[in-house]
Order: sequence, then C-alpha cells, then structure tokens
Amino acid sequence: MAENRRGFLARASAGAAALMLSGCTSLSERKWVADLLSEVEVLTRHAQRLFAGPQTLAPEFSKRDIAPVFRANGTLNPGTADYNAHAANGFRDWRIEVGGLVERPLSLSMAELRAMPSRTQITRHDCVEGWSCIGEWTGTPLKLVLAAARPKADARYVMFYCADNMSQEGDAAQFYYESLDLLEAIHPQTLLAYELNGQALPIEHGAPVRLRAERQLGYKMAKYISRIEVVGDFAEINGGRGGYWEDQGYNWYGGI
Amino acid sequence: MPAEPAKILRRALGLVPAGPHYFFHRHALIVRIAHWINAGCLAFLLMSGLQIFNAHPALYWGKSSDFDHPVLSLTAEYTDAGYVGVTQIGPWHFDTTGVLGASDVDGVRMARGFPEWATLPGPQWLAMGRLWHFAFAWLFVLNGLLFWAYAIAGGHLSRDLLPTKTDLAHLPREIANHLRLKFPKGENAKHYNVLQKLAYFLVIFVLGALIVLTGLTMSPTMDSALPGLLWVFGGRQSARTIHFICAFSFLGFFIVHIVMVILSGTWNNLRSMITGSYAIEGGKDG
Repeated sequence: MAENRRGFLARASAGAAALMLSGCTSLSERKWVADLLSEVEVLTRHAQRLFAGPQTLAPEFSKRDIAPVFRANGTLNPGTADYNAHAANGFRDWRIEVGGLVERPLSLSMAELRAMPSRTQITRHDCVEGWSCIGEWTGTPLKLVLAAARPKADARYVMFYCADNMSQEGDAAQFYYESLDLLEAIHPQTLLAYELNGQALPIEHGAPVRLRAERQLGYKMAKYISRIEVVGDFAEINGGRGGYWEDQGYNWYGGI
Repeated sequence: MPAEPAKILRRALGLVPAGPHYFFHRHALIVRIAHWINAGCLAFLLMSGLQIFNAHPALYWGKSSDFDHPVLSLTAEYTDAGYVGVTQIGPWHFDTTGVLGASDVDGVRMARGFPEWATLPGPQWLAMGRLWHFAFAWLFVLNGLLFWAYAIAGGHLSRDLLPTKTDLAHLPREIANHLRLKFPKGENAKHYNVLQKLAYFLVIFVLGALIVLTGLTMSPTMDSALPGLLWVFGGRQSARTIHFICAFSFLGFFIVHIVMVILSGTWNNLRSMITGSYAIEGGKDG
C-alpha cells in the first residue's frame, strides 16, 4: 500500500515536473513572457550603474596573464570581395565614417586613427557563452573620436556598423551592428582598438578596427567597424533593439 | 458519524498520528512564504543555469579559460555510432552518452552538456536562459535578503538556527540517530536538531551568499565596481566554477531535504510548511 502510494507520488511529481518544463519552454516562445523578463534588464542596468558609476575601470592584468592563444568568436573573416581587397592592401584605404547627430562628421583613415593619442590595456574578454581570455589591446579612446566629431545635445547612443554579413548565403544581407550609450562610449577604457598583443589586429579579431568596451560582454564589442553613427534612439534601426544579437533576443545591456 | 471517515482518511495519509497528539505552531508565516518562493526560484535558477552552462559546457580555474585544461567538461565525440558523450573531471573521463555531453533532442542525438529535460528552455537557447536566470536571480536575492533581515532581527537565527554548545556536544549522537533513521519525537520535535540547524544555517547564510557573490563576480561591470570579488574567488573563471559547485550543493541539499521530509513524516512536515501547524505525538505535558 505504502509502496503504491510512493510510486504514485513519484509518478505524479515527475509528471508535474515535466508539465512545468514543457510549460516553461512554450512560455519562452511567447513574446509577452520574453518582454516581461526583459524588463528585468532595466533593473539590472540601474543597479549595476549605482555600484559601478561612470568611471570605475575594468580590472587590468599583467603581461604574464595574457592568453597564449586568444580565442576568436563570431565572424572569423567577413570574406566579401570588398573586405578581401582591403585586407590584401593592409587596410590602407579603410575608412571609418563618423556621422549622425554630430556637428562635425568625420572620415578617418587608419593612419589618422593611429595618429591620435592611444591607450594600451591588458584586459579580460568575457564571452556571453561563459569563457574568458586575457589580451593586450591598443587603440584610440572612443571619447577622443567623439569629442572631435562634437555630438549634438540630443545624442544618446553610439551605433557601430560592421563589414561582416551575418545572414546565410541567399538571404538578404544583415551586417553586424552594435550600440553603446554615451556613458559606456566615453568610458576611459572604451577603445577603437587596432592592435592585439602588440600586433596589428588579426582578421579573426576584427581587423582593422574593433570596439573594446571592457565592462561589457564580448558581443557588445563590434569587429570590422566601418561606420559610427551617433543617434538619439535606435528603435528604427534594423530590428530596433540596438544590435545584431539584441535583435535575436539577447540583452542590450551587456554588463552581466 | 460523518467525522469518522474523515478521521480515518487523515490517519491513513499520516496527517495525524494514530495515538494521542496535539498541534504545535511550527513555522512563522514569513518563513513559510520565503520557503516556497525560494523553492520556486531554485528550480528556475538551476535549470536556466544549466541552459547557460550548455553554451560553453566547460569549467576552468583562475582568471581566464585555459581551454586545453578544463576542471570539468561535458563534450561530445563524433564516432561511427553517432555522438558519444564524455564527461571529464580533472584527469578522469567517463562515457555519459544519453545524459551528459550528448543526449537526445526530439529523438535526435545531439552534442549538448546537460540534457533537454534538465534545462530551461529545453532546446539550446542561451538568450532565453539568461532572461529566466536573471529574473529569478533578483527574486531569489530579494527574498533571501528579506528572510535574512527577519531571521537576524527577529531572533529566528539565534533562537532556532544557530547551533548552541549543547547542540554541538550532541552532534555525534544526533548523527548516529539519523543513520538509524530515528527522529526526535514529542517535545524534542519542537525545535531543530543540531544537524538540521547546521544544514539550514550553512545553506541559508553561507551557500546562499556564496552563490550570489560568485554570480556577481561573473559580471564584467560588477568586477569594475567591486574588484575585490575577483581577489576573493581567484578570478572570473574560478568564480564560475564555484558558482556551479554551489548550484549542485543546493541540489544535494534539496535531495537530502526531501528524503528527510519523507522519512520523518511527509504530510505532517508538508502541512507545517503550508499552514504552520505540526502534529506532535503524546500529551501536552510530554
């Protein structure tokens, strides 16, 4: 009798658990659930910024912490004819357009970017997947580029447009893009990086220039940057969520 | 008499003892509410956590990932017979096909760390796993902090949870009693025994704090705000490994907890955590 009761209870609870599970998976597919859960991101962002403030630096490491092989993720080579031509030419003709809500739009060559004051930092790259790699990055603080372009009063976000097409062959092109708010964009460690470990940025890491935003996860740090746009909001840009992965459901706030 | 069948049923279910007994108010309302919120949170957090883990099913020690030397990894090797799941812990390798490393999703064997039935959502979906995880992490932390405040300020901690010197002196006897599945009865069942006190105290105040702090250490923004976290846990990847160990310690606690609840009177225990009322065998004067 007791055995039967236990058997029944075990089956009932296993059944209930399975129901809960499939329930949660189908809940995950409902837009309102994802939207509701995404609201938590606002709470997380405010709470984290309460602690971190605008200027706290991500930890910097020593040379001996540098990973022997820095793992590359996402696009490893944009591979378009245009990009291949730039790569063959050592990116001498690569330009970064800076526009949008700025008083002085810029078009920077790599030589001009390199001529600006630089910052070198040994930092930890944290992938949203969970792994970390430490590397030494050199680049121009984004703050200096923005200061040169003079953002207008209604500027809120900085968009980064990239040369890597993320869609499958045959589908409409969707180039990688990302965004930071001004607070993160003018952070002292936020760089337009053109060197990794003292060498020109390798193609798999975003040559000729990628973003470093050291208090954020890896997907925020766009590679192969060709255009920077200062905007008031990004609701009308692509999927409207501020980045390629954000449009696929990832958080816009990448501090956690 | 209409009361008789109900009484028999209540006895058969073990809701009341057969002999003389009386009811004792065992758990305060706030304890019961916090308990059930916490139980729900842990289920969601564990399963969404396993979903996040599956995005990179390996653990490391130190500041960064030494990809060739994980502490633990759940990988799949492709053979003629399909995927074979391999669980690696330090120098040891185990074939765990079907559960860890490689398991079936809709009847198709896939490379995945933990199986579909253990993760939230079931299919590989990191973005959604993170949404569930962080939402319930907030609830877990707020609920935990409220419970801490109540336990510390209201005397629940010092009165019921912290083991006394006498308790600790009884530790060997209590272990022997538990091994013989002999549980306190009568007056002695009105307060936690030393093993319960130790378990609850460690889980609530040590494990609870550890799992939240190691979770925060994985956040790059929190590392800029509180770099001391990295020093305490030996780096982000160590923190991730400790977070994983804490999660499975919670699971271990849960299993032992459920076994103990069943062995020491399922329905009486369950009722006391829902209505607060616990049946004590014997007369009021013991």
